[in-house]
Amino acid sequence: MLRAEALSKQYGPVTVLDDVTLDVHAGEIHAIIGENGAGKSTLMRLISGYVHPSSGHLFVDGEPMHFSTPHQAQDAGIVLVHQEILLAEGLTVAENLFLGRELTRNGVVDDRTMRRIAAEKLGELGCRVSPNALVRDVALADRQLIQIGRALLDAHKLVIFDEPTAVLTGDEVERLLEIILRLKAQGIGVLYISHRLDEVQRLADRLTVLRDGKMVGTYPGRSLSQMDMAELMVGRELTALYPPRGNEARGAPMLRVRNATVPGYAEDISFTVHKGEVLGFAGMIGAGRTELFEGIVGLRPAHASVELDGAPVHIRSQREAIDAGIGYLTEDRKAKGLLLQERLAPNLTLSALGRFHPGLAMNKRRETDALEGAIQSYDIRVKNLKVNAGQLSGGNQQKLLLAKVLLTNPSVVIIDEPTRGIDIANKAQIYTFIRQLVGEGKACIVISSEMQELIGICDRILVMRQGRINGEVSGEAMTESNIALLATAEADVGRAALGGLS
Amino acid sequence: MSAVIQSAPPRRERSFAIGWADAGPFIALAALLVIGFLINPDFLSATNLSNVITRSAFIAIIAVGATFVISSGGLDLSVGSMAAFITGVTIMFMNGMVPHLGTWSVPAGMAIALFAGIACGLLNGLIVTVGKIEPFIATLGTMGIFRALITYLSDGGTIPIDRSLREVYRPVYFGTVTGIPIPILISLAVAAIGSFILYKTKYGRKCAAVGANADVARYSGISIIKTRTIAYLIQGACVAIAAICYVPRLGAATPTTGVLWELQVITAVVIGGTALRGGKGHIWGTVAGAVILELIANLMVLSDFVSEYLVAAVQGVIIIIAMLIQRFSK
Repeated sequence: MLRAEALSKQYGPVTVLDDVTLDVHAGEIHAIIGENGAGKSTLMRLISGYVHPSSGHLFVDGEPMHFSTPHQAQDAGIVLVHQEILLAEGLTVAENLFLGRELTRNGVVDDRTMRRIAAEKLGELGCRVSPNALVRDVALADRQLIQIGRALLDAHKLVIFDEPTAVLTGDEVERLLEIILRLKAQGIGVLYISHRLDEVQRLADRLTVLRDGKMVGTYPGRSLSQMDMAELMVGRELTALYPPRGNEARGAPMLRVRNATVPGYAEDISFTVHKGEVLGFAGMIGAGRTELFEGIVGLRPAHASVELDGAPVHIRSQREAIDAGIGYLTEDRKAKGLLLQERLAPNLTLSALGRFHPGLAMNKRRETDALEGAIQSYDIRVKNLKVNAGQLSGGNQQKLLLAKVLLTNPSVVIIDEPTRGIDIANKAQIYTFIRQLVGEGKACIVISSEMQELIGICDRILVMRQGRINGEVSGEAMTESNIALLATAEADVGRAALGGLS
Repeated sequence: MSAVIQSAPPRRERSFAIGWADAGPFIALAALLVIGFLINPDFLSATNLSNVITRSAFIAIIAVGATFVISSGGLDLSVGSMAAFITGVTIMFMNGMVPHLGTWSVPAGMAIALFAGIACGLLNGLIVTVGKIEPFIATLGTMGIFRALITYLSDGGTIPIDRSLREVYRPVYFGTVTGIPIPILISLAVAAIGSFILYKTKYGRKCAAVGANADVARYSGISIIKTRTIAYLIQGACVAIAAICYVPRLGAATPTTGVLWELQVITAVVIGGTALRGGKGHIWGTVAGAVILELIANLMVLSDFVSEYLVAAVQGVIIIIAMLIQRFSK
């Protein structure tokens, strides 16, 4: 139905996509996989009219096509669901759904019909937000569904999903995969990009692997294991994605948190993390994990009694947490972690300015040395030291952020979503760094919505549900089904009774 | 995993590369001087230039402080009325102290000016940070307050400086050191200290970080309240220094002192290359911006092409052009 022949794209002397040919049949799910920077997003933008190819041709139903705007691609039946959520936060759900193509009656915007259709469409997607709610007040996962609903509003022949599950968890992912299978059943072609190889394995009828802008090949779905896919993407043999766990017995308690309450998000939470231990925090989005730790490190109002290495500490601000030796790596590296318009060195040293400040003035030399050291130790790939943080790929940004937090020399490192939106080679590196940290006698807490990741790197996993710890799993009991159960259902009758009393 | 092919080692070159945003104001300044010379050769005479730059000193000094405020993501509309208020308070204090301190009341008055400036800056800063009021609204409020206070103190007229102090104080505006007018030297010193603080110290980094992205700064353990408040304190101190230079110029404070200075100050900062939404500040660009504004006014007076009544219009065109250059040089 869609055929892309020998598509190439150059930006100046840089070739980002080189001679890629692929086709999609009606009623087929065709997955595109590749590392960050492999050219997946560029390919999708070429097909959906956001970018013009330097050479190559597109055919829709055998007709040669040339799209100069996304609108033309949409008219030809091709729509792209963006990776980033692009909605107007101050407008209602229904207004967003129809933005730019409002229905009118006698020249006046027909709100009632639009609301009705919006409710129907969202209902089909299993999204139960009111069409009158402001997008600002809607949860992230629902926003993603609204965005998908917007793309599916008109009848299309080909829907392109660019990492649709990056911000979704458990159930929501399942629901989305069902939606995609339903599209397929309706005879719609689907191009599917994802970092989550398990989804690709389940969904794809065929899959195309890209590496460094070139095609590695197209393979029938379900013929490759996840490890095979990863190796095709990286172009060499991968050892295990997760580093081996240390054998040493866990050390003394490093961070003990008792009765932590973050009003509105987390209630009465107690836990301990030991030296040399990676403690995982699992749960659905909205379970209060991020808010709990932001409360503990002084970023939001909270009450907690915190003991670090046996001594009580009082933390009222992020500064005090850093000085005490608790480092927190935010889940939102673009908005809260790095100054994207700023160069690398000022980003790296921002939390540890005092160390580069021997007299009155900052010591530039020392900063540059620290940056070179971080680039070496964390394998941050940069063209030169003068680039801005925003010019790095997601994986390199994450490594820079990790280096920034570790520069404050924390004894407890809390990492929120360590590998969100980064490719598999960088993921493996981050996991190795986490193991190295605890090998050095630090304690590490990992918050993640990817259960496999937690199972792969953690020694122990606490599962949160609705602002409370709903259970703990470790060793053999760390399975996806156990975690999913604890994340969604009351753990056992005893706990349920306790919950009812309090 | 660490066996990944090592990419070429990062290059250290291009350390001298200068962006358009950095060089722009100085190129504009140079172009203006050339144009001025072509129109009227007298324009480049030492006397004319030193007069013009001396007149731009007040705006330049205040604008150095404004660079901090704007860089940290704030805005201060109150600087013009604050300058008038501080001038009035300083003159009243000096006059009152003459019987006790004699000519020593001049340095005492300068100290009071600095104190008043820092206090005014603190007031602005606390309203914005602790009170969490939009900087535009907060300083619009204090702008009215300071303006009303100077009108009240002067009873709608003027507050002249005591005759006995006039001669002693006069050199601060009219004097020269090795041929360079003192206000120029003071503004250079203020800019030098300002650029040291903004580019070389921990505080400068925090200031730019808070302005570029307040969330990132907060998550990096930087106190936004402290950082922004200090920016307003620096602004207050700069206004005080400008007021100290200003007193001997007219020898009086009036309700119209410093009217519309805030707009000239913001214009100077913006044509100097500092983004109004915050982030990296350009101190020397700001100073160049202040000089450019005064040069344009002077050029229009010296030339006969355009009526000098249109000075504000030309300055308005300049600020829009500066913004357009910032916009499209990205």
